[in-house]
Amino acid sequence: MRLLTHNMLSSNMKGVSNGFPLRIEVEKVVEKQVDFNPDFLKNMFSKVHWKALADASRIMGYAELPEEADRSMLDSDDFLRKFHHALLELHLEEGALVCPETGRRFPVNKGIPNMLLHEDEV
Amino acid sequence: MPFRIAQIRLVSSHPEVYEPCDDSFALVDALLADRINLVKHQPALCMEVGCGSGYVITSLALILESGSVGAQYLATDINPHAVRVTQETLEAHGVHAELISTNIASGLEQRLTGMIDVMVVNPPYVPTPEDEVGCEGIVSAWAGGENGRSVIDKILPIADNLLSEKGWLYMVTLAANSPLQICLKMREKGYASRIVLQRSTEEESLHIIKFWRDADI
Repeated sequence: MRLLTHNMLSSNMKGVSNGFPLRIEVEKVVEKQVDFNPDFLKNMFSKVHWKALADASRIMGYAELPEEADRSMLDSDDFLRKFHHALLELHLEEGALVCPETGRRFPVNKGIPNMLLHEDEV
Repeated sequence: MPFRIAQIRLVSSHPEVYEPCDDSFALVDALLADRINLVKHQPALCMEVGCGSGYVITSLALILESGSVGAQYLATDINPHAVRVTQETLEAHGVHAELISTNIASGLEQRLTGMIDVMVVNPPYVPTPEDEVGCEGIVSAWAGGENGRSVIDKILPIADNLLSEKGWLYMVTLAANSPLQICLKMREKGYASRIVLQRSTEEESLHIIKFWRDADI
């Protein structure tokens, strides 16, 4: 699971009012090289929740993203490369996503988060 | 020059996962028929709901890559075996999609609103008793409840929520699902539609419908 996906996932538990961002429990992180695509990054920048991405990347062992970011930074190749690495190249291979309100754990196995709920959680 | 799509010999399988069949082939053929438009569309995020074996999302990624479109892909399935099989199918073709075991788009609906440029859906469309809908394993791949519409009617409003302003939805339907009525329902939400491909087999008559937002509706 890439951090792009983490940035788009919220807890879907019944009754949760703010299920974003999910807390990441890391067991294993892998890095996979992805083609650098500045247009995609510029397109995604306004849609990504920056703080959630910066915090998540730090938990995954990558501390290069600034705490805050604004559009003017998109002119910097260095910034774009770091954004690219955090968003697309860091994978949570094993671990869990944890609901910030209820503590419900959503396991991530072989890079796939399992968001399926039990009947009494829907 | 023939364009690359998923190859059957590289599609992974599992006893509890629906194998590529006429409906899957029809959906990919429809994507191929619309290939030039898809490439011009320059989607950033593409999504498949109910990815099954991975045949369709893998083909979509290969079709767009051959047009040098640098999109990202997301696929969900309610059947955890299916997302694993999809992962193996994607890897065998050297393409990537982010996979999530979930019911339709549960967990994504809040943050992914208005972000999907291309969505593909081959829903469980077979008319079945209502209590078979959402059963575990391979039954979830086809059991569509009354008129085969139970899951389709759940997916449509979710698709409307997730599609971007320029978003397109390609969906497989069966004649028994009343495709015309589905189009009218989507028209009320502001979507135009077109049948991209129609195919009749011995067993079923399939329509692949494409939906897009039209300001004039």
